[in-house]
Amino acid sequence: MEKGLTDIFRDKIQKEIRIEPKDWMPEKYRQTLIRQISQHAHSEIVGMLPEGNWITRAPTLRRKAILIAKVQDEAGHGLYLYSAAETLGITRDEMYDQLHSGKAKYSSIFNYPTLTWADIGAIGWLVDGAAIMNQVPLCRSSFGPYARAMVRVCKEESFHQRQGFEILLTLGKGSPEQRRMAQDALNRWWWPSIMMFGPKDDESPNTIQSMQWKIKRFTNDELRQKFIDVCAEQVKLLGLVIPDKDLTWNEATGHYDFGPINWDEFWQVIKGNGPCNKERLETRKKAWEEGAWVREAASAYAEKIERKKALLVY
Amino acid sequence: MHNKTLIDYTLHLADNALIIGHRNSEWCGHGPVLEQDIAISNIALDLIGQARNFYQYAATVSGNGATEDTLAYLRDAIDFKNILLVELPNGDWAQTILKQFFFSTYQYFLYQQLQNSKDAQLAAIAEKALKEVTYHVRWSSEWVIRLGDGTLESKNRMLRAIDEIWSYTGEMFLAASYELQGIREEYAVDLSEIQKNWVQKITSVCIEATLPLPADTWMQSGGKEGKHTEYLGFILADMQFLQRAYPDADW
Repeated sequence: MEKGLTDIFRDKIQKEIRIEPKDWMPEKYRQTLIRQISQHAHSEIVGMLPEGNWITRAPTLRRKAILIAKVQDEAGHGLYLYSAAETLGITRDEMYDQLHSGKAKYSSIFNYPTLTWADIGAIGWLVDGAAIMNQVPLCRSSFGPYARAMVRVCKEESFHQRQGFEILLTLGKGSPEQRRMAQDALNRWWWPSIMMFGPKDDESPNTIQSMQWKIKRFTNDELRQKFIDVCAEQVKLLGLVIPDKDLTWNEATGHYDFGPINWDEFWQVIKGNGPCNKERLETRKKAWEEGAWVREAASAYAEKIERKKALLVY
Repeated sequence: MHNKTLIDYTLHLADNALIIGHRNSEWCGHGPVLEQDIAISNIALDLIGQARNFYQYAATVSGNGATEDTLAYLRDAIDFKNILLVELPNGDWAQTILKQFFFSTYQYFLYQQLQNSKDAQLAAIAEKALKEVTYHVRWSSEWVIRLGDGTLESKNRMLRAIDEIWSYTGEMFLAASYELQGIREEYAVDLSEIQKNWVQKITSVCIEATLPLPADTWMQSGGKEGKHTEYLGFILADMQFLQRAYPDADW
């Protein structure tokens, strides 16, 4: 029986037929997806914080409206992704527990602080840009609900990236103080963004299996290279400099070469030693705990209404 | 002088929407439920959008090179004409909800009348905004009922919220000089008219929420004429920081 099911599953994967929630799937495939989708959802929710930090200080009404809409989009992405993960048999509350207890991870990039307005531009251009690079292939992920959620997420992310680029472009054309602000933001966000693609392929334990299951379509290093190639060209329009003295075009490979990545920093931030790990998690926990009475009241009221309706039926 | 009064009235409408929208936006990323985080951010967006429409119109009428941003970012607290209610801190979810419910209900009846304004632009902005505000009233009144008639804790929090906020509701119906002038010239809304509707709506929702409303009490006022709480200065300090720190920069 199990053998037959495994064959059907493998056959679907090979023929690029989407796996749907009610289909049989290997337990490890299910667990891998729960881990990846919930991590992704948590990243959206925690990711609201560094940018939300500038909503009340956005420099114009137009920028303020755009930033609120953007951060609100991230909440929406979190919502689709939690829902996609729920189809695999885990509840949103369970996923929150995993986030709050530190069991589940979220993208380390959000453990860096937003110091100036230019950081909002840098996050849009680089962080959302890297996210798109990762996520566009996920629109073809073998798991149906994830793939479908990603189609919408990617559309919105590409808008986010353009707004970030446009912020930096405006600053780049602005006063010397604004240009300094923009360059400083690029200096601080560049390397963490490069690290967003995850460890090098030979140190990424989950990649091979995920590629076989067609959850992932490209390796970390492939995506990272693609991202660097794109940014190295785009930065010319901004009039800014990428903080990597080894960044050079390599005619032979058709790609940009780049300098060594500080993997020690990467692992330290994952372990919880980034500049904002504690603050981010505490903020999420606080929102959740302080919202407990609200959620309890809403359920209590909903039950009351249900009871009243039931009485009316009799 | 006609223009000055019209500008003041328009700025009053804009400041109300901006400041409460700004307060709502403070919730973004910190809401008690993800869906409600989205809802309140959306309301913030609607209100900031309304503020922009009014500021743009005030800038056009003034014709002195003002823009929506110079009006929002380069005036000091004593020039802001919003009511005090909108600048109060968010407090807990109960206080935020109650503030929003009181304010949205006020805006609803106000915009309903403003659609008949002799000033075509104010009427058009009101007509567009009324669709949004209709939803804000529905959303906030549902939450007032849910929290009032939810658990003992949520009820107590709502009672405390009423206690904190009620004395800031009277100002909504206390006409400032520019409103009286605007009423005479038939572009501003007569507040005594909408007060009856407001009281009726608030009373009926609070009855359903099993929340008693206070008897007549002393009402705070002054915001419409630039006499604010201490909170407004801090809101502006945050909001105007970049415009003040880097004058004449484009963003």
